[in-house]
Amino acid sequence: MQKLSLRDKIKEARISAADSFRGGKLMSSIFRPGSPFRKGYVDSPRNRSYVVMNNVLYHLHPVKVKRHGVRLSYTLCLGGLSFFLFIVLTITGIWLMFYFRPTELAYVDIQNLQTSIAFGSLVRNMHRWGAHLMVLVVFLHMSRVFYHGAYKAPREFNWVIGVILLLLTLLLSFTGYLLPWDQLAIWAVTVGGNMAGYTPVIGAQAKFGLFAGLEATTATLLRFYVLHVLFLPFIIVIFMAVHFWRVRKDGGISGPL
Amino acid sequence: MVDIPEHLLLRSAEARAKALGISVEQALAEMKGETEPTVVAKDPEIKVIDETPAPAAETPAAETPAPAAETPAAETPAAETPAPAAETPAPAAEKPAPAAEKPAPAASKTDTPEEVDFAPEVKVTQRLLTVVKAKPIQKPVAEPVDKVNTWPHLMLPEFVSLMAMTAFLILLSAILQAPLLEEANPNVTPNPAKAPWYFLGLQELLSYWDPQIAGVMIPLVLGVVLWMAFPYIDRNPETHPSKRKFAIMFYTFFLAGAGVLTIIGVLFRGPGWNWTYPWIDGIWFDDLLDWIHFE
Repeated sequence: MQKLSLRDKIKEARISAADSFRGGKLMSSIFRPGSPFRKGYVDSPRNRSYVVMNNVLYHLHPVKVKRHGVRLSYTLCLGGLSFFLFIVLTITGIWLMFYFRPTELAYVDIQNLQTSIAFGSLVRNMHRWGAHLMVLVVFLHMSRVFYHGAYKAPREFNWVIGVILLLLTLLLSFTGYLLPWDQLAIWAVTVGGNMAGYTPVIGAQAKFGLFAGLEATTATLLRFYVLHVLFLPFIIVIFMAVHFWRVRKDGGISGPL
Repeated sequence: MVDIPEHLLLRSAEARAKALGISVEQALAEMKGETEPTVVAKDPEIKVIDETPAPAAETPAAETPAPAAETPAAETPAAETPAPAAETPAPAAEKPAPAAEKPAPAASKTDTPEEVDFAPEVKVTQRLLTVVKAKPIQKPVAEPVDKVNTWPHLMLPEFVSLMAMTAFLILLSAILQAPLLEEANPNVTPNPAKAPWYFLGLQELLSYWDPQIAGVMIPLVLGVVLWMAFPYIDRNPETHPSKRKFAIMFYTFFLAGAGVLTIIGVLFRGPGWNWTYPWIDGIWFDDLLDWIHFE
């Protein structure tokens, strides 16, 4: 037997240590069977199924999907990207909440965020452009679904939920529009709120309810803040859960055409 | 001849091999007609029924109880006449197809159950009576679908696309500064005061029509109620664009209309909601302050 150099010995020890760690009790307790992080993962149909089945996030997906559905040109990933943008907005939004008070100080907080907090400007920009992008992507997703006739039986009700999700997305974006508390924010919301005032019969009450008064004030700011960070995300998550669940229950992706 | 599924044939051969004390391979070969059937030693002890007519009687009865499996047609007479079941199928084993017909008339004559010996000496413990092909009564409606594994065929493109989106968003945010004007002041109304861009199509409509129609009836009735009810209104089951031209046209008109109204609202409306040209009068939309410069 040939004598191993010290370097080779170290390398061998490192590999065997990594192997015994990957095959050890800790890793196999964290990762369920079929995970590529477990020792002895091989690319087999069985393990490909396990990857999806044994992961809490991935099992939103079925183990198998229709072949035409994985073509990028079919969906352009628009539904998935809507969801992903929602997650990005949640993360950046929670980060922004650390530096923001929905009072007269809101404007100063935004100024401080942009000037004296590390990455403050970047995260605020990501939140704002991400929100605009989400409205756009959700709208494009709806258009894609329409052009593929994917709202047809048995998916009618999921279309209804989708329209509700679009409205909630618009409401989330609209309530967030007021929060920087600058001239752009207050007057855009005033225009929108005045539109609600034209509702027949209950117009005045609708406007009063939205503004928490007769016009946009700091009371409106607090109201929109609570709607924006708590109420509407709460509602939209529920509807998203139903939406995703129905996609599976209605037979997966629509088509092929 | 009906094709007997391999696993049933094997199971039958195992039973036969066990009964006759031969190897499974041999029993299988016999059943397939590849070799001569085994003759059991206890042969003479078998009681042959007197009435059994010529073709059946000639055959050594115990010779082939099991090969019936090969020709289910031969089972039909056996089922009709329980009596000589063990004996009559015998010739069927030698020459399957023609023999299948033969025992029928013979068997029908021997319709005398009281003379039947229900306990033949041959230790046949198990026999294949008939093979029912696995065929559902109802035709399945669903056609098999061409599917691929989600991992990696779906999740990889998904991952790549969300990485691309993240990169795009970070790049966008690094280049473009989100607008922040002076602090909110209810006493100073900007001219024009514009809604967020996704409501600007509506705001544009609002400048044409009565606010009760443009601001409420259109978004509420058309936008929400009609939009949600759309799948229930459009009952055409076709999904291919060529077979739903009206729906495609309808949506495309809606898209174009909404797009044109929004672009007008964003770019072509200035102070007093008057028509302006962005390349002459500049942009009157503060969200775009940092985006486009016409200088």
